[in-house]
Amino acid sequence: MPVTELQGRQVHVDDEGFLTVYDEWDEDLADVLASQIGIDLTDEHWKVIRFLREDFKTVGETATARRVQTVGGVPVKEQFALFPKKPAKKMAYIAGLPKPHGCV
Amino acid sequence: MTTAPALVPSFDDDAQTDRKLAIICSKGNLDMAYPGLILANAALGEGVETHVFFTFWGFDMIAKSRMNNLQFSPAGNAAMHLPVGDMRLPQSLAPLPGMTAMATKMLKKSIADLGVPEVPDFLDQIVAAGGHLWACRMSADMNHFTLADLRDDVEGIISASDFIELTVGAQLLFI
Repeated sequence: MPVTELQGRQVHVDDEGFLTVYDEWDEDLADVLASQIGIDLTDEHWKVIRFLREDFKTVGETATARRVQTVGGVPVKEQFALFPKKPAKKMAYIAGLPKPHGCV
Repeated sequence: MTTAPALVPSFDDDAQTDRKLAIICSKGNLDMAYPGLILANAALGEGVETHVFFTFWGFDMIAKSRMNNLQFSPAGNAAMHLPVGDMRLPQSLAPLPGMTAMATKMLKKSIADLGVPEVPDFLDQIVAAGGHLWACRMSADMNHFTLADLRDDVEGIISASDFIELTVGAQLLFI
């Protein structure tokens, strides 16, 4: 499994670069991950990311955009505004989680 | 000292992709409504411009008076299984009274259990994700429907040639 260095920290990632170890993530790292893909985190972004982290802890898999809307309370339209073009993958990346594998 | 660049997923944000997907939904059965919606939703989530065109029986998916009442019938569907194992529902039983209602109820439950929305909700989500909905001119004329009879987010009633023009360069799915 590859290890990559982000601002002096070693983290385990998959072949694409998604973090693979839940506990290697913290909120400081989220800022670094977000800046890697050109996103500045605002309170609205944080609401989504904290939901994804908590939800993963209970459910064991990454929430899809649908679930972020229905359970996390952030409408799909807003997700596209916050994380343009590919919200589900970008949200997962910044939250240090695997890509969601649900279809909807 | 040099360090390897950090491994970051490529989201292809900079790529000037002109990938476009057009999906023609021509079926109004509950089970056949879903494939197009699932693919449209997935394409939008990948940043692909997506157009959904409703024609013939697919019109029921966007008609206000019909969209909440799509049904699933096991008649003619030899792949309809009973809830236990791989037992097939005998086709002779499929047309019995009440069978469509029961099968519809069961399918709706299975879909809801997966966290997948009902058809009108799903279309809401597709539009929120930037998808475009179009209605077929000939189907509208056959049903005596105008835009007022359709979901408010249907962008227009267009002819087949309008659709061909609109989807130039698109990948196309007919369902």
